[in-house]
Amino acid sequence: MSSSVFFDISAGAYFAAMVTYIAYLVFRNKTIGLMASAITIFGFVSQSAALIIRWINSYHFWAASNPASGVVESILRAAPLRNLYESLIFFVWSLILIHLLIEFKYKNRSLGAFVTPLAALALLFIDISGTSKEIQPLIPALQSNWLLFHVLLSFLGYAAFGVSFGAAAAYIVMVTDSRKEKTYIFWSIIIGIFLVVLIGMGIDFLSLSAVQRAELIQSHFLKTTLRSSSGGVAAVSWIVSIVFIFAIWQFGLRLKNILAGLNLTPTMLDEIAYKSIAVGFPLFTIGGLIMGAIWANSAWGKYWTWDPKETWSLITWFVYALYLHARFVRGWRGKRVAILAVIGFVAVIFTYLGVNLVLSGLHAYGSG
Amino acid sequence: MEEKEKKKKDIFESVWKFLASVKLAIFIFIVLSISSIIGTIVEQQAEPAKNIALLAKFFGDSAAPTVYNVFAKLGFMDMYRSWWFIGLLLLFSINLIVCSLDRFPKTWRLIKKPQKPLSGNALNSLPIKKELTFKSSLNIAKDEFLNILHASGYRVFEASESGSVRLYTQKGKYARLAVYAVHLSIILIFIGAIIGARFGFGGYLNLREGGASNTAYKSPAEPIPLGFTIKCNWYDTLYYEGIDTPREFQSELVIIEDGKEVLKKVIEVNDPLTYKGITFFQASYGMIPDATGYFVLDITPDNGPEKRLWLKSGETFEIPGTGIKGTIIDFSPALTRDGNTGALTTYSESMVNPAVAIEFDWPGKEKFTGWILKRYPETGMLPGGHSVKFADYWGVEYTGLQVSKDPGIWFIYIASIIMAAGLYICFFISHKKIWINIADDKKSVRIVVGGSTSRNRLNLENEIEKIVSHAAQAIEGRSGK
Repeated sequence: MSSSVFFDISAGAYFAAMVTYIAYLVFRNKTIGLMASAITIFGFVSQSAALIIRWINSYHFWAASNPASGVVESILRAAPLRNLYESLIFFVWSLILIHLLIEFKYKNRSLGAFVTPLAALALLFIDISGTSKEIQPLIPALQSNWLLFHVLLSFLGYAAFGVSFGAAAAYIVMVTDSRKEKTYIFWSIIIGIFLVVLIGMGIDFLSLSAVQRAELIQSHFLKTTLRSSSGGVAAVSWIVSIVFIFAIWQFGLRLKNILAGLNLTPTMLDEIAYKSIAVGFPLFTIGGLIMGAIWANSAWGKYWTWDPKETWSLITWFVYALYLHARFVRGWRGKRVAILAVIGFVAVIFTYLGVNLVLSGLHAYGSG
Repeated sequence: MEEKEKKKKDIFESVWKFLASVKLAIFIFIVLSISSIIGTIVEQQAEPAKNIALLAKFFGDSAAPTVYNVFAKLGFMDMYRSWWFIGLLLLFSINLIVCSLDRFPKTWRLIKKPQKPLSGNALNSLPIKKELTFKSSLNIAKDEFLNILHASGYRVFEASESGSVRLYTQKGKYARLAVYAVHLSIILIFIGAIIGARFGFGGYLNLREGGASNTAYKSPAEPIPLGFTIKCNWYDTLYYEGIDTPREFQSELVIIEDGKEVLKKVIEVNDPLTYKGITFFQASYGMIPDATGYFVLDITPDNGPEKRLWLKSGETFEIPGTGIKGTIIDFSPALTRDGNTGALTTYSESMVNPAVAIEFDWPGKEKFTGWILKRYPETGMLPGGHSVKFADYWGVEYTGLQVSKDPGIWFIYIASIIMAAGLYICFFISHKKIWINIADDKKSVRIVVGGSTSRNRLNLENEIEKIVSHAAQAIEGRSGK
């Protein structure tokens, strides 16, 4: 069977899981919670199968055009981590993996309501960004043993940071007493911008032809709405966006009541946010920065060139280093570090997507 | 006099404290991040016009050149090399060194401080605590706890009094040093970078097929002598079957020293050649303008051996022993059939799909012309089982090599290993201490277990839980319950 069938099944399952987890939050019914977990596991198994099938297919693809390549080399070269589509799929897989681990370790399902939406958003992003889903031939620059380990560890790190973002975002809502608190305003704006960009891209997607969709991000990004050439459309879009963010600020606090009734405590969220960063930081440092630098050195003769991808990775690293130092040395707890966890993930998103899509550089493979 | 010295000491102390402070670190993190963000938006070392156009979007056309000049003066156009950015990195290393030196003695004392048995009260104030009572004897309980702790790799000390015993043990105390190892690795990276900048170089070298050179170039005006000669035998781009996606960029390089060939290697992207500390990377390639080269043909008569020929355009060859003659009459770097007209055309100036046209003079037949494509050897299969394969059009391409020497790279490698190990230990190994007080209490024994850890409290809680439940089973088993 083709891997895309399994991918579609898993995408469907994750969307269903998101709805079920949220229903679980609202109704606090144990059966619904069990269902949510079951659907997530089902989706995860299906996605794992899809990844393996894709890996096998691209193994044959590689081996056919490189008869001299040995089995181990071919397996390494065939790793389905070559372009934006494959990396996003792997990000979702890692995110769900880490979420399931936390669910089993803490015996708590509530976090699913914050992590599955992130997975669903990533899947949605794949579709509306119009990235190619074909198995593409591996370009010479990526033909290295470092590819698998560099991308694998980086994305496990990104996923761990994603979980910490979910936990920190939930934490901020839980400890907010009034809408006038600066942290809450910050939270509303970040969540608001996330959703506005995604909805904007959705509108782009719907208004474009199939051919244009393939270049949505490169040439049509938000051009239907916020960046419209018609001043009127742009103005209305901005007003609607601002009203939308305002509405999130206005109604977002209702989440608190829902969370408060659950077995989710701020302490637990704070710990999950920290633990995820404690896992993500070494993974990202070793897999992203160190392996990336060593690979760059063996491919280009320079381990560090201040190219935008490297620079943004470093910025991300600074934010999380700041989180850890603020927490351990200065003893910061609670909202202040939660904000850093949120900012950290914004930096991750920019390192991962923004750099590839907005800035150019040596790391341009991911834009395809 | 004394007053003055005291003042001096005060100043030194406050400067030291400032340099060691996390506040300074946070400040540097933020400034470095913000300036790096600017550095990724403003294109570095670019043509002024590019960035002026970028600035015009923010500041308007008329103000853009002025803003550009201000930015350029501040070093934003080549920011990562500007004095203030380097200065920030320097301040960052000083901060890192001073804060590590400042904190290290305290950590060292924590590590070296011998663990002492704790009284019941002190045990009660520990973050992790467990109490239980058994109908058993002091010795049995002690034995079983010792067994289990030994099995988990703890070295246990004991202090006995009449009717009670205190066991105490610790593990992973040196994990407290991991954070210093991580700091050290960052300093090593800076040292490696400085050594690389001071004693290494980065340059380029374009070699035509068959060409050789004993110098590389930092820029056209800055040659770097290599100390040996490097020659390019050939360059080739390989493609995936049926599509114009490159599969490999390859050059065969030869190192020549004192007129002798000492090393030969086919380099690819991700697989460079290193000789005497200088590494040659496959970086680019291109066509040499107006060059003419040799057509390299592999000719095989039916049932005969293959023969390689090097021919100029217009030259004629014979397929050995057949009387069939061929003349090279045309060449296309990228041949394709036009989708509409069906005519053959050239669709690119670079050698994407090289093809040679050969006019065959076949005994007893009329002359005919055929195109033989390099990427499709089947186009060279001739009637009668003979074949002519187009191996290369040699001498018209050059290979672009990135040349670099970095004696500092070993610092980077060593720092990488230290950093990876340091981070792992830092986050996943903690300094754990466990105390177990066992006391006779009439016919039973009362046991209090306490623990503290530098990190990951939950883990130690689980571990103590396990130790206690295993011990409980064993004690109950031996006490014949």
